[in-house]
Amino acid sequence: MTLSTPSNLADTQEHLRWQRYFGFSTDHKVIGLQYLVCGFLFYFIGGALAGALRTELLTPISDFMPREVYNEVLTMHGTIMIFLWIVPVVNGAFGNYLIPFYVGARDMAYPRLNAVAFWMIPPAGLLLISSYFLGGASQSGWTAYPPLSLSTAATGQVIWILSVLLLGGSSIFGAINFVATVLKMRRPGLKMMQLPMYCWAMLGTSILVLLSTPVLAGTLVLLSFDIVAHTGFFNPAMGGNAVVYQHLFWFYSHPAVYIMVLPAFGLVSEILPVHARKPLFGYTTMVYSIMAIVFLGLIVWAHHMFTSGTPPWMRLFFTIATSFIAVPTGIKFFNWLATLWGGSISLNTAVMFSCGFIVNFVFGGITGVALAQVPFDIHVHDTYFVVGHFHYIVYGGTVFVIFASMYHWYPKVVGRMLNEPLGQLHFWLTFIGLNLCFAPQHWLGLNGMPRRVAEYDPQFQFINQLSSAGALLMAVSTLPFLINVIWSAYRGAVAGDNPWNALTPEWLTSSPPPEHNWHGEAPLVHEPYGYGLKSPAAS
Amino acid sequence: MGTLQLTPRIITLFIGIALVLVGLWVGQNVNLLPVDASVNAPLYDQLFKVLFSIGTTLFIGIVGMVVYSLMRFRRRSGTVTEGAAVEGNLPLEILWTAIPAVVVLFVGIYSFDIYDRMGGMVPMHDHSMAGMETMHEPEASGPGQKTWAGISSVSVEGQPPVAAVPIEVTAMQFAFIFRYPEADIISGELHVPAGQPVSLRMTANDVIHAFWVPEFRLKQDIIPGQPTLLSFTATRPGSYPIVCAELCGAYHGGMRSTVIVEPPEEFANWVAKNSPVKATPASATLIS
Repeated sequence: MTLSTPSNLADTQEHLRWQRYFGFSTDHKVIGLQYLVCGFLFYFIGGALAGALRTELLTPISDFMPREVYNEVLTMHGTIMIFLWIVPVVNGAFGNYLIPFYVGARDMAYPRLNAVAFWMIPPAGLLLISSYFLGGASQSGWTAYPPLSLSTAATGQVIWILSVLLLGGSSIFGAINFVATVLKMRRPGLKMMQLPMYCWAMLGTSILVLLSTPVLAGTLVLLSFDIVAHTGFFNPAMGGNAVVYQHLFWFYSHPAVYIMVLPAFGLVSEILPVHARKPLFGYTTMVYSIMAIVFLGLIVWAHHMFTSGTPPWMRLFFTIATSFIAVPTGIKFFNWLATLWGGSISLNTAVMFSCGFIVNFVFGGITGVALAQVPFDIHVHDTYFVVGHFHYIVYGGTVFVIFASMYHWYPKVVGRMLNEPLGQLHFWLTFIGLNLCFAPQHWLGLNGMPRRVAEYDPQFQFINQLSSAGALLMAVSTLPFLINVIWSAYRGAVAGDNPWNALTPEWLTSSPPPEHNWHGEAPLVHEPYGYGLKSPAAS
Repeated sequence: MGTLQLTPRIITLFIGIALVLVGLWVGQNVNLLPVDASVNAPLYDQLFKVLFSIGTTLFIGIVGMVVYSLMRFRRRSGTVTEGAAVEGNLPLEILWTAIPAVVVLFVGIYSFDIYDRMGGMVPMHDHSMAGMETMHEPEASGPGQKTWAGISSVSVEGQPPVAAVPIEVTAMQFAFIFRYPEADIISGELHVPAGQPVSLRMTANDVIHAFWVPEFRLKQDIIPGQPTLLSFTATRPGSYPIVCAELCGAYHGGMRSTVIVEPPEEFANWVAKNSPVKATPASATLIS
């Protein structure tokens, strides 16, 4: 094993020069951080929009903003959070930073394509936000179902389509790069089954991106023809079919859920073994379950359309396929529990967020299996039950993992530790806020509150206020995090090369790493999870 | 020695049994649903209780495992100790693949039994059962056409099947309009007789809407260009909200109506009072 040399001061300063982060850098670490910071900026915008929605819902009547604006805000909130925050961060940021380390490479397979992929995101985001000032943003939800998307705010809808096309293109370029890097850039002697689990997660995710995103792109191009050129692909008034759009849209957008959670599964698999001082339990089954999720994830889309007029055989098929995703997903969760069992667990913030992820995702997974059942779904489809369910998955799941990853990898990237008490405060505020915000929404849905409404039955006011209080807590929780990230960059304890005593290759170099990742030859790590005492007597 | 080795297993067994009992108790006793007012609502509630029991057991079990592990295997800060180098355990992996597979299979089969009892698997006819009309085959648009999907409703158990009351529903931004073709009534509220099947034929004028009555546990999208069908049998007299559940524009949240479930004779009176068609054979069959 190569020991890392003390970091070369000039080299480190060169690496940290802030101007590099605003330019067309081809360094995978710079690009990873560009994705991360850009993603967080959009996260705060999307969060502010969510705050506006929860403020409107404090009262049963529509009184905080005009109804059209409410629909613009809910459309922007969903679009920004999915396409500009979670997908770019959990794939682009961590993928670009970590994958070259994990395969023992100096950079990604196509560094310039990588930079192009990132630089498509800021213009796409600005374009999307600009639509608000160019005659109004899209009001048809992030799903943009026709005919509603054909009849409201045409300019905003076309800008929305252009923006999502750009973001989809960025995602496809990124996926090509991840597949090529994992398959072709591995250090000689490093076998596929010796890779850290995040590589497998990104391989699976990238396959999903490559198979499904082009379908969304084609669909949105046709939708834009319907708006601009008055064609009738999805317009029933011109002989088109509105349900076909839903099939095509969900053919991408259900896999998109796995594009958001599979990388998170990979990141948790990196974090838990380090802090539990135990090997990742069941490496091989973890790999197979990722690939099973990829396959099943492609054949479940119509469970979003159980009330759209789908024939019984289709309902039967998609119920069974969706239910069975619980099996490979369950395997992963049991393996993480087994990784914790008998470990020597450090209860730091990274572990707390990882375990928070397990708890939240299990809750969202259980409601997900219930939603997969046709008769169950027919009552709660398009209600707040679904809103609660998917926020448990994407926020309680993926966003918790993003925060866990921040606490885990910040020392490597910055060279200083994040503050632990502030981190614990951040965790508990977020955890309580999330559950207060989204758990009551399940009850709202079961009892008759549909989603995407600016006004509702007065009997639901108290529970909505409870939910809004949770949202406020989540907003407050970002303060200790922001203070921590900024303060620790200057005053945090010096991390050293490997503060966690981790074995994966990114820790076997200086913190922050030099431009070409290692000062000498890339280390060959055959056992990325070789923690723990081989025999009890050896202690 | 033998008893010592068995103790953790016995404890695990007891914890497992206790978890299942807690799950069953919660599922049976915690009511999260509104009042049931249609024939298929109690069926839905039965499925909900089963899913709620299984979900509660799993959730408490897994959260318990996480919390227990964090407390039991916690490393004191400042100390450097390693866990056990256990990389896997094949029998365990097989176990936690097989058990979820069996649970999921049970849930799938059980929910399809429920779906079947709700009438979802019945090949359906226009104006009698639920589903989406095939618009592409003109020869299939006559009476007796087979349509599929949506969800339909069975008759009240123990009573002979009754002819369904046909009602035409038109959804538009931002209202529902109900037309009773046999009695020639147009209404903004939906009046239905308790205990008699009702068959809705729904069309949308502009964008996609959805017809949802939470107390009936039924929802069906109303799609422009493709009429959809929905049948149900209301059971409990009263007024219940009809809610549009598909984003349909600025006033989507205000797109609501009311369904009034009445005893058959009151419904007949309502029809008689509002119908311009006086005592025709058609209205007679309607109120029978």
